[in-house]
Order: sequence, then structure tokens, then C-alpha cells
Amino acid sequence: MTRRPTAWHTATVVDVRPETPTAKRLDLDVPTWPGNDAGAHLDLRLTAPDGYQASRSYSIASSGDGTRVVLAVDEVPDGEVSPFLVHDLRVGDEIEVHGPLGAFFVWMPPADDDPRPVQLIAGGSGVVPLYAMARAHAVAGDASEFRLLYSVRTPDDVFFRDEIAALAESGAVDLDLVFTRSSPPEASFPPGRLTAERLRDAVVPAAHNPRVYVCGPTPFVEAVSRWLLDAGHRPGDIRTERFGGS
Amino acid sequence: MSFITRGFSGRRAERDPRLPPGQTLVGDWPVLSAGPTPEIDADEWEFVVRTENGDHRWKTAQLQALGMEDITVDIHCVTHWTKLDMPWRGVSLDRIFDEVETAHDFVMAHSYGGYTTNVPLEDLLDGKSWIAFEADGEPLTPEHGGPARLLVPHLYFWKSAKWVRGLVTMPDDDPGFWEQNGYHLHGDPWQEERYW
Repeated sequence: MTRRPTAWHTATVVDVRPETPTAKRLDLDVPTWPGNDAGAHLDLRLTAPDGYQASRSYSIASSGDGTRVVLAVDEVPDGEVSPFLVHDLRVGDEIEVHGPLGAFFVWMPPADDDPRPVQLIAGGSGVVPLYAMARAHAVAGDASEFRLLYSVRTPDDVFFRDEIAALAESGAVDLDLVFTRSSPPEASFPPGRLTAERLRDAVVPAAHNPRVYVCGPTPFVEAVSRWLLDAGHRPGDIRTERFGGS
Repeated sequence: MSFITRGFSGRRAERDPRLPPGQTLVGDWPVLSAGPTPEIDADEWEFVVRTENGDHRWKTAQLQALGMEDITVDIHCVTHWTKLDMPWRGVSLDRIFDEVETAHDFVMAHSYGGYTTNVPLEDLLDGKSWIAFEADGEPLTPEHGGPARLLVPHLYFWKSAKWVRGLVTMPDDDPGFWEQNGYHLHGDPWQEERYW
């Protein structure tokens, strides 16, 4: 595996648009970016005029060798960095980013002779690194089976809604959306939390030896990984990432 | 080299001098794990130190009989949060290494679930680390590493291996799991030794 060098970079905001009612998508131009694997994250640093700095980690929604880096930032109420990014950041602003980070919670296209099914399981904004993996899979056109199980409050809260719908429509990814608060009329289930049974029905069976990536809030990740173990998935095949804090 | 971010002033009150650079104070206790939380039977739990001279083994009661200490320390996670004045209870690595002879200068901590992290012995001895059984006055919960975790509070918290099952001494500072996956070999928060 080649390691991409990790360093501080200057990023220029080239696009800001609403992602959900509480989140913004940020497109950054980072001329010195070495590219990143799907699922990687970065540290983002803001500096006040008096030298005060605040840093946070964000998953990267984009992947590959390009210098365009896409983030999707959900506002944490009473947070310090995310409210600034969601409300105050404008096209043309410059910020510092450090990365790419993380060599474990990443997906790379397998060698041609070794496709392996992949099950992605997202809770809320935890879909960001998993969307990067799904898109990388579609771009690579590899033969791995890909499924995404995505638990989200309402249809309006779906991150990368059009992109994920297109991935599902093209057949690159099997999509299963679980709406916990309100579901669209065409949904086949009433709104409600993900359960062990629904998870077991939706995911690639353990017998097919999938690699499973889980990302979301800690209680979600804890519950999902316990259900996966109960359903026969091996601990070493389950990779988790959690978010929390401000 | 940093530059000012247009429009950013921050929401700090006054910055606590106990916060290392790039860290933010939290009141809760976030969880960070690379995989599922392993289920460990506390009655079956055993701690092993393996050196070039052989194995030393302790069951929970034997290890705790070496001397449980109450300590209050600050913990610093590489994901930018710091928790101050956190009470812990555990056995000092000094007590454990009183019973162990080794010429090696480094250890690899091994956890249930297969994760490893490397630490120089000098970062573990002289009152710098513990095998912790309690935090915040309660037994460690599984997602926070229970029944026992390594506690090395002066290094970033991934060094404080959850679900610890043993230490293997080694002559060189070989990288552990996290250190092979992007994190710094040493991990001093005051030097911001976060990543490769």
C-alpha cells in the first residue's frame, strides 16, 4: 500500500451549498493535496486574529487523486467550529486542512481477481465517508457487491441524496434507507429505529464474507456492531468510526 | 504556518492552560474504536507480561492485590478533545514491573479484539501509567475498555489501550495497530505528535 504524505495545506472554498436543513456541503480547492483514499478524514483548523485556534476532524466525501476536496458539515448546536463552517464560511475564504488521515477506515478497489462484498451502514451524517466509498466503487467499476444501509431521521436529512439515488439507480450500490422520524409515502416501512431484525434482513449475509463499515453516533455504532456479531459477522471484518463532540 | 480565518473569533471563554495545543475541552467522554466492542468475561480476565525471560500472569484479584491507587488525571484524545480532572482507579505499572525483569526498552500492549499499541517503557514507569479498572467512580464499561484498560494519560489516549490483555516487551519501538494506520509512533499531546 502506498502512503499518501500527510501535511498541512491551504484550502480555498470554491462552493458552499445546503446539504440538509442543518448541514452544508463545502467544496475546497487544495492545490497541494496528494489525493485521498475513500473513507479518509482530515483535520480542519481555524485561526482568530489574536492567534487563537480551533481544530476539528471531518470525514472527506471525495476520494481519488484530485485536488478538489468535498466535506459535508452538520451543525453541532453550541459547537464552535461547525456553526462557523455552516453559517459564516463563504466562497473565496481560505482555511487550513491537515491530511489525508486514516489508513484503516478506508476502502480501496480490490485486485481484479479478488472482489469482496462490502456492506456500508450509516447513521445520520456518518454517511459521509461511506458515500465516498460507494462513489469510489462506482468510479472504479469493480465487481464487488456494495450495499448501503442508511439510517436517517427524515427524507430531508439525507446527505448526498441525489448522488446516492443515482448510485442506486445505476446498480452500483444496493440502497436501503431507514427513516427514524418520518418516511416518504413510497417507503415500504413506517418510520422507526433500525432493529436487529431489519439489519439482518438488509445486510450482506455473514456467509458471503463481507467487509462491513459502520459510521455514526456511538450508540448507533455500538448497537449495530453488536447485532452484526450476533448475526455471525466476524469482529475483524467490522470496521467502525464514530463521531461526537463539537 | 497559519493565517487568520476571515470572520472567525472562536467561542472560548478563557483557555485552560492544561489544554494542549489543538485540543478542546469536553465534559462528556467520547468513544473511539476501530471495531466492535469485544465481550470479555471479567471472571476470566487475565493480565500477562511477556518478556525475553518468560511470562508473568495475574488474575484480576492478584493484579489488584499489588496495590490499587486512586489518581486524578487529564486525558487527551488525538481527535482534539481533552477531559480534565478525571478520577481513575488502578494498579501502577511500577508495581507490575517490580515483579518483572527485562532488558528491553519498549512494550507492545495487546488488547482483546487484536489491537496493539507500542509504548516505550520509560513512558510507563515512575508513576506514569496504570492498569485501570474504574473511571469516574464506576467500573469501566465495555465501550470504554472494561474490564481493564491501560492508562497512560501523558500520551494521546489511543495509547491507553482498551480491553488490555497483556504487554509484550521488545528491544525496538515497533509500531502497533494505530501507529501503522496513521498515528504517531510516540503521541505526546504537548508536542502535537498526532500523525506520521
